[in-house]
Amino acid sequence: MWSHLRTLWTVLQHTFSRNETVQYPEEMPYLAPRYRGRIVLTRDPNGEERCVACNLCAVACPVDCIALQKTQGEDGRWYPDFFRINFSRCIMCGMCEEACPTYAIQLTPDFELAEYNRDNMVYEKEHLLIDGVGKYPDYSFWQVAGKTIHGKDKGEAQKESPPLDVRELLP
Amino acid sequence: MARVNIDGKDYELTPGQNLLQAVLSEHLDLPYFCWHPAMGSVGSCRLCAVIQFADADDERGRLQMACMVNVQDGMRVSIDADFARDFRKQVIEWLMENHPHDCPVCEEGGECHLQDMTVMTGHTSRRYAGSKRTFRNQYLGPFIGHEMNRCITCYRCVRYYQDYAGGRDLQAFGSRSRMFFGRESDGVMESEFAGNLVEVCPTGVFTDKPFSATYTRKWDLQSAPSVCPGCAVGCNTLPGERYGSLKRVHNRYHPDVNGYFLCDRGRFGGHFVNSPARLRQAGVKAEDGVFEGLDAASAAERVADVLSRGQVLGIGSPRASLESNFALKALVGDENFSTGVADGEAALDQLMLSIYQAGGARIATTIEAESADAVLVLGEDVANTAPRIALALRQSVRSKPLDMAADAGIPLWQDAGVRSHAQQAQSPFLIATPAPTRIDDLAARALRASPQAVAAAGFAIAHGIDDRFAQAEGADPGFVAQAVAALSQAERPLVVSGTACGSAAVLQAAANVAWALQGQGKDAGLLLAGREANSLGAALLGGELGLADALRRLTEGKADSVIILENDLHRRLEREAVDQALAKVADVVVLDVLETATAEAATLVLPAASTAESTGTFVNHEGRAQRFYQVFEPQQDVAPAWQWLTDAAIAAGRNDLRWRHIDDVARACVDGNAHLEGVARTTPDAGHRNGAGQRIPRMTHRASGRTAKDAHISVHEPKPTVDEQTPFSYSMEGRNGGEVAALIPYVWSPGWNSNQSVFKFQQEVAGPLRGGDVGVRLIEPETGSLEALAAKHRQPPAIESAGLQWVPLHHVFGSDELSAHSPPIAERSAGAALLLHPEDAEALGLADGQGVRIAGTGSMALRLAPDMARGCAGIVLGMPDAAQVLPAAGAALSSDPDFKPRPAPQVIARG
Repeated sequence: MWSHLRTLWTVLQHTFSRNETVQYPEEMPYLAPRYRGRIVLTRDPNGEERCVACNLCAVACPVDCIALQKTQGEDGRWYPDFFRINFSRCIMCGMCEEACPTYAIQLTPDFELAEYNRDNMVYEKEHLLIDGVGKYPDYSFWQVAGKTIHGKDKGEAQKESPPLDVRELLP
Repeated sequence: MARVNIDGKDYELTPGQNLLQAVLSEHLDLPYFCWHPAMGSVGSCRLCAVIQFADADDERGRLQMACMVNVQDGMRVSIDADFARDFRKQVIEWLMENHPHDCPVCEEGGECHLQDMTVMTGHTSRRYAGSKRTFRNQYLGPFIGHEMNRCITCYRCVRYYQDYAGGRDLQAFGSRSRMFFGRESDGVMESEFAGNLVEVCPTGVFTDKPFSATYTRKWDLQSAPSVCPGCAVGCNTLPGERYGSLKRVHNRYHPDVNGYFLCDRGRFGGHFVNSPARLRQAGVKAEDGVFEGLDAASAAERVADVLSRGQVLGIGSPRASLESNFALKALVGDENFSTGVADGEAALDQLMLSIYQAGGARIATTIEAESADAVLVLGEDVANTAPRIALALRQSVRSKPLDMAADAGIPLWQDAGVRSHAQQAQSPFLIATPAPTRIDDLAARALRASPQAVAAAGFAIAHGIDDRFAQAEGADPGFVAQAVAALSQAERPLVVSGTACGSAAVLQAAANVAWALQGQGKDAGLLLAGREANSLGAALLGGELGLADALRRLTEGKADSVIILENDLHRRLEREAVDQALAKVADVVVLDVLETATAEAATLVLPAASTAESTGTFVNHEGRAQRFYQVFEPQQDVAPAWQWLTDAAIAAGRNDLRWRHIDDVARACVDGNAHLEGVARTTPDAGHRNGAGQRIPRMTHRASGRTAKDAHISVHEPKPTVDEQTPFSYSMEGRNGGEVAALIPYVWSPGWNSNQSVFKFQQEVAGPLRGGDVGVRLIEPETGSLEALAAKHRQPPAIESAGLQWVPLHHVFGSDELSAHSPPIAERSAGAALLLHPEDAEALGLADGQGVRIAGTGSMALRLAPDMARGCAGIVLGMPDAAQVLPAAGAALSSDPDFKPRPAPQVIARG
């Protein structure tokens, strides 16, 4: 009998405590910018693709859910010819983002990835590529790399001296 | 052996080696850059520093570059000492000062020796805050990309390209931190061995251009041991595949066949596998002459139908595997099978075999050719027909410098010392060919003469060495005298010849010289280059039917149908004769890799798998049977030829040909032919498992994208194919430990991601592989008396002097059928040409560069070669849309004003 009364009392107490239930989806929870959700490919400050198809995300991925192929544009940049993430396998661990040397691949606070058809969980480059810089507004890999691209000749990257005259023999 | 204490542990090292090589031979890790096993030490990078102690009590020791220290008994050294470690770390930091932030966009990344060494020495963060020096890159041709900013000035490239491969158009320019490695100006690299720079360069300065176009990291490449189909040398290769297409071909170390290097035909010729001209589906020719697609099962049924209707001939091929050839032979019967080699060439292959089988001289391997101390080349232009041999011959002239160094007490690994001590001295190298060759620069004397005169010179040389051998009239006396003198003084003389100049007398002459030398008590070697990857295999397999006879039977209606295996008959015989013969029979079944003229004339075409997509055996020019393994599963209905033939045999109710495995075919092949006995021993059978009971993985343990690469087709991952044919798996699971040397699908070792890791698979550096021999030599020479040998070839050729004589020539880029379909090779191919001596051309009223029409053959560009033999008209054969066989004797030459020359390779882009 005592135990019944105690239970009733406890339940009654909860009537006055703060409500933990969130009325999702009408009410959206706050997720930090660094929350690890849906993966995107970002662009550099000039609006060009950041991804250089180096394959480091793919090799870092513990569930091997990233596949891509390198190609090279007329402008000398490396691009992914295709870039595919199988979100039905992705565990949102963020290893790809950690491995990415160009800040191209980033995880976002969007976790709403449910689909009725599993095939729709496979995202191609056109689904992944966004029009912004994501969490890293300033970084542009090609400005620190030594390779020439259109608009950035040898010696024009950060901390580079102008190209040398190799026929110069003075000490 | 020398007892050396390394970090408190005693090792037995080889005295006289440098310490670095000896340490690596013990499979210890010691960072290095400028040293290369094939090129010796120069001590320029300062990375392989170790501490050498004076004696057991010495606690401080002194810093030494391991590559410059001779191994001596009782030495005490330390690799792990803090001072040595710090020094190495500092050296890497210097080297990395100017290295660009390029790894993500560098084709070397993931298999970069610089990355490995940086990690191994522990240099993790950059302290240098200054600016980096930069260079402009050069256009180096369709094979090699150039990114000079990445250079760490190790000098390996120029040491390889100039000193090892004999190239002249790659130099070191500038001084101090301005060192630049490249050409004088933009342009195509001349050497046919330039591709090795990709593997020689420890970082990403020289990279594989065709590979870069659809680049894949090394860890993602699926790979298996393979053999190059480009020529008769049979270089071991590692083709890499990703997403169903062949990405690149890398060298697979073989201590006797190809060592550390490949030629550019082998390295860049493999892209024919991705050619749009590939046959991917079976097709049957409809009445309007257009092929209609056919599924695999019905195609096999149709072949069975053909087999059930009357007399069927089988024409094999010297570019198809031994197993495929044998399957066809078994299907149609010995009396109806031709090896598919034109009769003249088949006779030469048989002669080559009989010369080898007669004994009398050692059958030299390619790598053995490197240590010959006198070389005579008769007739064969090896740099164009079997290029890897030319690279080995280039090393042979260094025998004298090495002997001189040994006499002077200079360690042989001391590259700069050996070279400067010898100055210009080199071992004798004599060459006699009708046309100039790319190794003429080595020759103490080069004879330019017709094949008969070359043979006559050979006969006379043999007679000069031992007068029991037949003498020949009309040989160049100066050349003969010099050759006799040079070869008689040598201890390990080598005679090189081959079948490409189309003369039996040349082969006989070469055999005579080698036998005569052996008779003098020398360790004489004989190296004969065959024409195609499996020429000798086809010759050993044999066929009762000659190709001309086979064609005659077709033309005369004595056969109802013909099955042609991976063979474009239009490349071997007169086009009209072939078309006529094929038009006569009801069914022409062609199995091939590419769309060929013969495939177009077929009534039924079956898509055959290329070397990279199938498992089989090739027999190389020295009679070595080598197994190549399927690297990746072919697309669509493509299947190995032997499998098509077996399926057809089963559909036709031939229960004796119910082979399930390639091993069954190989065993059946051996059963009927004692010469081929070794084929069954080349590799363990498909049931082989490594020590842990696992298959050997074709993929590296880091292979990526498993759950995504096919997800666009279906999100449900398919079960990986279980490979019943080989001990390999299509998986990343298992261990690539090199327990069996013939089963190494890629080279990798912890900490050593680059191809430098191959030393971990070797018993000792540059020595045999840990897992035993690769390939089995099939030819067991008899031991005949010298008299019997001397009695074999007694008919020296008569030298004709009237009129022009056609001489077959070949070009490394373009003359080979398959590699010519590889885009970078096609870009380098100069096209068909007629080569004439300027005076011969003047007599005919022809000028350099103009088009010349050859009656019955077609038009081609005339090139004047001042170094061409008089009276010889060289024709570059095998080029697409040009002459495939020599014109008839006495065919008329006339100028062709409408001829449009093919544009030469030129500067097309800047990197």
